[in-house]
Amino acid sequence: MELIVASSIGILTAGGVYLLLRLRTFPVILGVALLSYAVNVFLFASGRLAIDQSPILAKYGEASYTDPLPQALVLTAIVISFGMTAVLVMIGLGAYLESDTDRIDIEPEKDDAEAKNERLV
Amino acid sequence: MSIGGAILLIIAVLPFVGALLPGLMIRAGRNVCAISTAVPTFLALTMLIVLAPAVLRGEVIQGEIEWLPQLGLSASFFLDGLGLLFAGMILGVGLLITLYARFYLSGEDPMGQFYTYLLLFQGAMLGIVLSDNILLLLIFWELTSLSSFLLIGFWKHLPEGRQGARMALAVTGGGGLAMIAGMLILGNIVGSYNLTDILQAGDLIRASEWYLPALILILLGAFTKSAQFPFHFWLPHAMAAPTPVSAYLHSATMVKAGVFLMARMWPALAGTDAWFYIVTTTGIVTMVLGALIALFKDDLKALLAFSTVSHLGLLTMLLGFGTQAAAVAAVFHIINHLTFKAALFMTAGIVDHETHTRDIKRLGGLRRLMPITFLIGTVAALSMAGIPLFNGFLSKEMMLEEASHTDWFNSPYAVPIMATIGALLSVAYSLRFIFHVFLGPVRDDYPHKPHDPPFGLWAAPALLTVLVIVIGVAPFLAERVVTAAANAVTGADLQPHLKIWHGVTPALWMSIAAVVGGAALLSQHRLLQKLWIALPRPEAKAIFDRLVAAIVATARAITEVSHNGAISRYLAIFTVTAVGLGWIAYSSSGLSAPTRGLLPVPPVVAVGWIMLIVATVSVVSMHHHRFRALILIGIIGLTISAGFAYLSAPDLALTQISVETVTIMLLLLALHFMPKMTPKESSSGLRLRDGVIALGAGGGVATLAYAFLMRDIETISDYHLANSYEGGGGTNVVNVILVDFRGYDTFGEIIVLGIAGLVIYAIMHALLDGPAARRLKNTDYSQNRSRDRHPMMMVVVTRVLMPIAIVVGLYIFLRGHNQPGGGFVAGLVIAIALLMQYMASGFAWTQARQRIEYHTMIGLGVVIAGLTGAGAWLFGRPFLTSAYTYINLPPIEEFELATAMLFDLGVFLTVLGAVMLMLYSLSRIAGVAGGTVNVGPMDYDPGEPAQDKTER
Repeated sequence: MELIVASSIGILTAGGVYLLLRLRTFPVILGVALLSYAVNVFLFASGRLAIDQSPILAKYGEASYTDPLPQALVLTAIVISFGMTAVLVMIGLGAYLESDTDRIDIEPEKDDAEAKNERLV
Repeated sequence: MSIGGAILLIIAVLPFVGALLPGLMIRAGRNVCAISTAVPTFLALTMLIVLAPAVLRGEVIQGEIEWLPQLGLSASFFLDGLGLLFAGMILGVGLLITLYARFYLSGEDPMGQFYTYLLLFQGAMLGIVLSDNILLLLIFWELTSLSSFLLIGFWKHLPEGRQGARMALAVTGGGGLAMIAGMLILGNIVGSYNLTDILQAGDLIRASEWYLPALILILLGAFTKSAQFPFHFWLPHAMAAPTPVSAYLHSATMVKAGVFLMARMWPALAGTDAWFYIVTTTGIVTMVLGALIALFKDDLKALLAFSTVSHLGLLTMLLGFGTQAAAVAAVFHIINHLTFKAALFMTAGIVDHETHTRDIKRLGGLRRLMPITFLIGTVAALSMAGIPLFNGFLSKEMMLEEASHTDWFNSPYAVPIMATIGALLSVAYSLRFIFHVFLGPVRDDYPHKPHDPPFGLWAAPALLTVLVIVIGVAPFLAERVVTAAANAVTGADLQPHLKIWHGVTPALWMSIAAVVGGAALLSQHRLLQKLWIALPRPEAKAIFDRLVAAIVATARAITEVSHNGAISRYLAIFTVTAVGLGWIAYSSSGLSAPTRGLLPVPPVVAVGWIMLIVATVSVVSMHHHRFRALILIGIIGLTISAGFAYLSAPDLALTQISVETVTIMLLLLALHFMPKMTPKESSSGLRLRDGVIALGAGGGVATLAYAFLMRDIETISDYHLANSYEGGGGTNVVNVILVDFRGYDTFGEIIVLGIAGLVIYAIMHALLDGPAARRLKNTDYSQNRSRDRHPMMMVVVTRVLMPIAIVVGLYIFLRGHNQPGGGFVAGLVIAIALLMQYMASGFAWTQARQRIEYHTMIGLGVVIAGLTGAGAWLFGRPFLTSAYTYINLPPIEEFELATAMLFDLGVFLTVLGAVMLMLYSLSRIAGVAGGTVNVGPMDYDPGEPAQDKTER
């Protein structure tokens, strides 16, 4: 089981990083989404894996529970990463609609650099 | 804290409070503005005078406000003799400068700004001399650098002003950074950041192996501030400042900060060979070099600037001697230098103001035209030259006396000779100031017809020259102040006697030699100047500029490689660095043996794993087809939520599945307006590079995850498990952690989510006002639109589902405290239910039925959560302490009511509002792009058939 989780985190990270390095906004957003999965599962796994030990207190008798703290943190992380993805999507969409291209590389503007040079003198 | 301590705190704060006034008062006129600057200074000075008698008796007044005692940070001030001397100088001269600047600045200058900067600077200077905590002192130290930057660059239209200000900031600020390091070392050696503790631990400090690094770093700060060689070059360039600034900062206060610091640290640092050779040698070199350059400067202010450099060198040298008599001489000279140099700067300012030039070559003969100015300037300059009956003579004699019996590397002559040369050059340039500016024939080619200025302008320097003469004739008047300050510097109980006639001593002969030699030198000035010009000299500004240019070029080269505007490049650099650091960490320490075994893998899990792998690989390989990639991402998300459910995390599974749904919807909506395909534009080399980086990162993370999964940890969760029911009143520990144990985190997180929603809304608005709106309207999206925009089946199903979904949402919300669920999930579930109405029945229809704005919902959520937390205050508990009780309402079973549920309601509302605001924003864009917006619930798109008809 541990191998399965670790390898899943690894492959999600690898996929996320690869897509993150693409040159258009949409694959980058997909990459961020994959990476968020990887990070969330990674954080969750830091509480170690357990089966049938949900952190819901049993009414009768003693029971063992998995670590609830990483779960609580990951729960908010999932919601926050959704918020972040949403902002990213909106920025990507806005950039595309404003400039008619969804490339993410900025061509350096020569005038700008020259103006900077002058200011530094 | 005593009354004195309280007064001291008020003195320290007054200038900063006062700095708020002039900027406002300038609207009431220039006089009111000047008065509003003078009032806080005057008040502070009065309070200082009230405290003075006690300090002169030898008491030390302390005032302290604790701030972060754990870090050794407290706002603690103390006033001893040295602090009194400097604070008096800062406030007294500050008052005179306020008066002088009122008449000096012209109508076009923003006077309110000037006075605000001046008071800020004054406050920072006062802070330095009064601080008892060295960390506090460092803050004030940097504040003087910053506020002097503003003052030097006050005439923003002058390029010299801007360059001078930048140079001053770079040099003094840089030195300040070095000093921070030095002070921290010092604090570590002593184990306290309190100056009073440090000053008493001199032996401990000098014995420490860290003494030399600390000494050098602190001296770097002092030398840069006090313009010691080789950092002297910034001071003349700072003369581009208005003259009141030069008179204040560069004669009386800021440049003395370095000297002050050396005097302050004298008991802790002085008395070693390292101190003697570094400080004395620097002082001598600076003294002679500064005086030499001053002699050949034609700009009046440059002459004074270099003479200041020279005198600062003299003070540094005296402190370097490390003897008690030298410290007395230094303290006395600080007072004398202040009086004559501030008067001289103001005189130079008056000459500049009246003749419109500061070039000595174009001046001369002003004696008849400006008699008052002549008188003031001559008295001050004679004092600077060290002529008897003026105060400069007294301290110079003491300096020469000390120099005459100081050995330097076993040579008894080096120091006396250099000191005499310094004094000689000082006489020469002082006399030049008198002879070449005021004496000589009256000229008829002044740029402006000169005459004496109004009283307001000459009152301040006149007062200072009166002091020059009074101290010069009756030095015993200054004795008490000098004694108090010298005792504070040396930590001893000295009784110095200041007098004019010391008898025929070596110092007298040196002094006579200096005066005669100086006069002789000046008589040959024309010849010497030719020689000086012919000699090659390094130009400090050019060297500084080249240095700065080289640093900028290096920084730019690095930036252009690493940060060239392509995000993929620096993400790649970042990833490689992170993986590399992980590798270093791993290879340097290794791993302990695993302590956990592997859990078994049932077949279903294996299938899920294969699905996840295939989906991820497919997303990467098929990402050019954007729709396909999205669907595959959905599969991954679902697999992960199934995994959460299997691995004992039902709350996470619920959250993940609902977030997944919302995310995919959001991406689908966005994709509608974006290209459906990603072009294949990366070269195979680039793809290979990215592939290697990605595999490296993935492999690293997988290894790390596997490594920690196989090992046990200590966790703090036992506390949560044990107290969840007793303290939080809930059996779902995850939910109790969210709304109770870590409620503050959650509170922050819902605020972030709310902000994200508002950001998206704001971007949408900005977009719809710009060119994007036109592009949306002009682009035809109809080729991928279904004719039946709102299929009847879907409309009916979603409306039937709506109440059910809401009940499910409420159920999830209510059970959250004890069973999987809670505000986050409930918010998402209801958001999806509402979203379905948008999709099925259309934007306008849904919008028309919306009763509450989503912004309001976000705000309401945050407010409810916040108020719930604040409610605990009413019961005297900390923020977000929760309470619960059990209630028995007859038809229902006994149930529990906790304040945490109210908090969860806030979470629920914020999540719902934020998610809906995000999706609503995207739908608004769709509305703009669609052109026709449906009004009825199930309208058939009227646009298309009509178009079809006309086309046919």
